[in-house]
Amino acid sequence: MLQRMTTQFDFHAETLRLRAERQRLIASNIANADTPGYQARDFDFAQALRDTTQDLRAPGAGGAGELGSPIARGAALGSTTAPRLNYALAAQPSLDRNTVDMDRERASFADNALRYEASLRFLNGSLRTLTEAMRSHNGA
Amino acid sequence: MSLFSIFHVAGSAVSAQSQRLNVVASNLANADTVAGPDGQAYRARQVTFQTVFMRQAGGDPQATAGVRVAAVGEDAAPGRRVHDPRHPAADADGYVTYSNVNAVEEMVNMIAASRSYQNNVEVMNTARTLLVKTLQLGQN
Repeated sequence: MLQRMTTQFDFHAETLRLRAERQRLIASNIANADTPGYQARDFDFAQALRDTTQDLRAPGAGGAGELGSPIARGAALGSTTAPRLNYALAAQPSLDRNTVDMDRERASFADNALRYEASLRFLNGSLRTLTEAMRSHNGA
Repeated sequence: MSLFSIFHVAGSAVSAQSQRLNVVASNLANADTVAGPDGQAYRARQVTFQTVFMRQAGGDPQATAGVRVAAVGEDAAPGRRVHDPRHPAADADGYVTYSNVNAVEEMVNMIAASRSYQNNVEVMNTARTLLVKTLQLGQN
């Protein structure tokens, strides 16, 4: 019963994890903006999220086994492989073979931070709904 | 937690950039030096950045890339020679060899370093904001 209520948290939690990972990746790119030969990395967020939440969305996987599933699901979630990293192509090639495009990285960074906050807000909303549902019973 | 390692990444970049600023400062300070401690004219120093991959549990080892100063090299360009026979450091032909610091290059270097520094500070600030918001998850 309880894991059914918390299933939707898993999706948002997974989103947060991936967002944090992407944030770290972009931070690495920004840190290495002046390093000769550094190749900027990024990953396809949509694809990564699809890969990691596959078993969550599969019919009957999330709430199927009420007894054993939390452990099984936790294991499946915990063992998610890291997203496949791609190399960014340089919009303007530089002599030192550095492919960090500072404009793009800054835009991605701001975008990613905003989406991280959005996921946080979704998660907060779900939590509040749940706590509200529990509280109203005890209240008036 | 990915967000925490952002501080390592951006911190390494900030310290590398500040070292670059230090080198620029010493170059500019010695722009008109005739003789260093070894009796030779001062040679401009340049830092070389290098990527440092930070180990991350359960992830692509190349996803977290900090930066460090690999070496501080000396500029091999010949020093500026000025004809001034009355100068105490003048050679037999009456020429004085000044340092090979190019003030314009150093100023550009300084601006680039300071911009990169600011970028990384901003990255840390954003990571901090996101972490604080994550800590407040479900509190209201």
